[in-house]
Amino acid sequence: MSFERIKEKLNILADAAKYDVSCSSSGSNRSNKNKGLGDSTGMGICHTYTEDGRCVSLLKILLTNHCIFDCAYCVTRKSNDIKRAAFKIQEAVDLTINFYRRNYIEGLFLSSGIFKSPDYTMERLVAVAKKLRLEENFNGYIHLKSIPGASDELMYEAGLYADRLSVNIEVPTISGLKLLAPDKKHEDFTKPMLKVKNEILLYKAEKKIIKSTPKYAPAGQSTQMIIGATGESDKDIMYSATHYYKNYNMKRVYYSGYVPIADDSRLPAIGSEVPMLRENRLYQTDWLLRFYGFSVNEILNDSHPNLDVDIDPKLSWALRNLSQFPIDVNTAEPRMLARIPGLGMNSVYKIINARKYRRLSFDHLKKIGVALNRAKYFMVCNGNDYTHKDLQAIQIKGLILQNSQGKFRSNYSSQLSLFN
Amino acid sequence: MKEAKILVYDGSFNGYLTAIFTAFEQKLVIADIQKDSQSQSGLFSDVETVYTDVDKAKRVWNGIEKKSNTTIKNIYFAFLSENPGIELLLYRYIQKLFSKTEMLHLNFSDDHVIKVAQLAKSVGREKHRMEAFVRFQLTKDEIYFSNIEPDFDVLPLISKHFKSRYADQKWLIYDVKRKYGIYYDLHSVEMVTLNLNEVYTNKTIKSAAFTTGEYEYQDLWNNYFKSTNIASRVNMKLHIQHVPKRYWKYLSEKKAV
Repeated sequence: MSFERIKEKLNILADAAKYDVSCSSSGSNRSNKNKGLGDSTGMGICHTYTEDGRCVSLLKILLTNHCIFDCAYCVTRKSNDIKRAAFKIQEAVDLTINFYRRNYIEGLFLSSGIFKSPDYTMERLVAVAKKLRLEENFNGYIHLKSIPGASDELMYEAGLYADRLSVNIEVPTISGLKLLAPDKKHEDFTKPMLKVKNEILLYKAEKKIIKSTPKYAPAGQSTQMIIGATGESDKDIMYSATHYYKNYNMKRVYYSGYVPIADDSRLPAIGSEVPMLRENRLYQTDWLLRFYGFSVNEILNDSHPNLDVDIDPKLSWALRNLSQFPIDVNTAEPRMLARIPGLGMNSVYKIINARKYRRLSFDHLKKIGVALNRAKYFMVCNGNDYTHKDLQAIQIKGLILQNSQGKFRSNYSSQLSLFN
Repeated sequence: MKEAKILVYDGSFNGYLTAIFTAFEQKLVIADIQKDSQSQSGLFSDVETVYTDVDKAKRVWNGIEKKSNTTIKNIYFAFLSENPGIELLLYRYIQKLFSKTEMLHLNFSDDHVIKVAQLAKSVGREKHRMEAFVRFQLTKDEIYFSNIEPDFDVLPLISKHFKSRYADQKWLIYDVKRKYGIYYDLHSVEMVTLNLNEVYTNKTIKSAAFTTGEYEYQDLWNNYFKSTNIASRVNMKLHIQHVPKRYWKYLSEKKAV
């Protein structure tokens, strides 16, 4: 193979794949077999980070950027005038193996533009994964994209070789989808998702009876939504995310701030800012739902359809529900401790262990690593009476903002800065 | 009152555990525990050299492990931090551990517990970084070779990870700072010391030691690293936070081409 040609293809096809934000390589349980290559048990590893601060753990490429569809938000849409390329199956396999052997990556993330038909494309993606597993004895991580509209048989086969499968629903609302991707139907996205979900459940049930049942997509499914392309509210996004977590057993939903790439009256103009702060707030909400025991309607509802920009969603919730505070760290149940702003789950774990030995004071909490500048308005501990009981929500918010610094502060502050 | 003693050991973890054994067995009052390479005698204390005894070390290891798995792991990780005074800190921690029947390692209101847990965490973080930042280069005699310069002595901790991952290739990871490496010969991992003529960083001059294909793959990786970046989202501060500059010289994607 010509090295220069491969290099050119890699540049084109990596560039086209980079808008997919999923990069996780964790959650699988495929261990090294027969002294082969690779092992993907336990936690994922980020081998490096790009200059935009995103982690690189998988070789993330498209098999081809030829595409028969014309979705407005996508760089590889057919009406876009860009260089096109395609990898041969063997080329994708060689790249993966050689990068893996040098410890550059955890495995392969393979997606593709759609050429000819969804099934024709999916067949090729599966062929790459199959070759890696069966011919190269590769036990690293493989993340395959489920092509919308692919048949059940192919989705079944994909799960046998891949660790994770994902379909990007991209647009969180059905009306938005009609506007931006008129060639695609909502069912095209959900059908492969449903098939994979059912197979995973089936395999899990079988595994309980027959130990030697092969693995089927052990790291589960994920999906991605574009933020800020169709004027949807945070409530729309998070309710839709909750729907996918609940009904399709998603491992992760990713939120991707729309990067303007096309001159299209339906979309934000080229040069408009990527909504990175909003993305950050959505991820914070996602974490509150998955790890902190919040339910989505506590954080977002009709009277509060969008997240606050200047404070994080947990603090915002606490300020709206001051009646539930203060919480006594020495006696409260873990569920309530997790709701105090400034306490993460690690702090909660340390507190419930440490308080078995003595009553905790501010000093102990500080050493444990609690962010007291926020937490102190919402809790009591040993040796401290609750001195903030007369403060209104707006006053607490003011005090917290005054006495802290945030990395996004310049994005929304009306204060002019002297030095930059 | 008994005279305080300084125990001197050979620098290995087994040596350290032997020193702990000696201290407990002879009911010594400990002024300090020091590596033989860095020992200093005190004004008011005697120096006693401890000779490593694997059986004694094993007894201490098992004794702590019986208390809790996390504790022995934390002690070993914290020891590898090579922090000045780590020997004495761990000695006090172990003393406390054996004087109480409760699960000491969960008492996060205790200063020693917090300190040991923090050190263990830093070492754990460095271990994870090395699992990520090792960049193998293929030599002409088909060994995947890598230089590293970790903040802490993490080679003993990463060998299992690389052994189970790269079971079908020979590899060698060499710690330039501590002047030893681990080598896998397709059967087992061994500790080696080498006379390295040069440190193989990511410099652009090609070395005759590596295959030509090796440089092509480095070039591909370097290109991939650039094309997967989204320029309109650039955030150098975050980038440097994740990939601190002191590691750059060994990363092929950071090569100036």
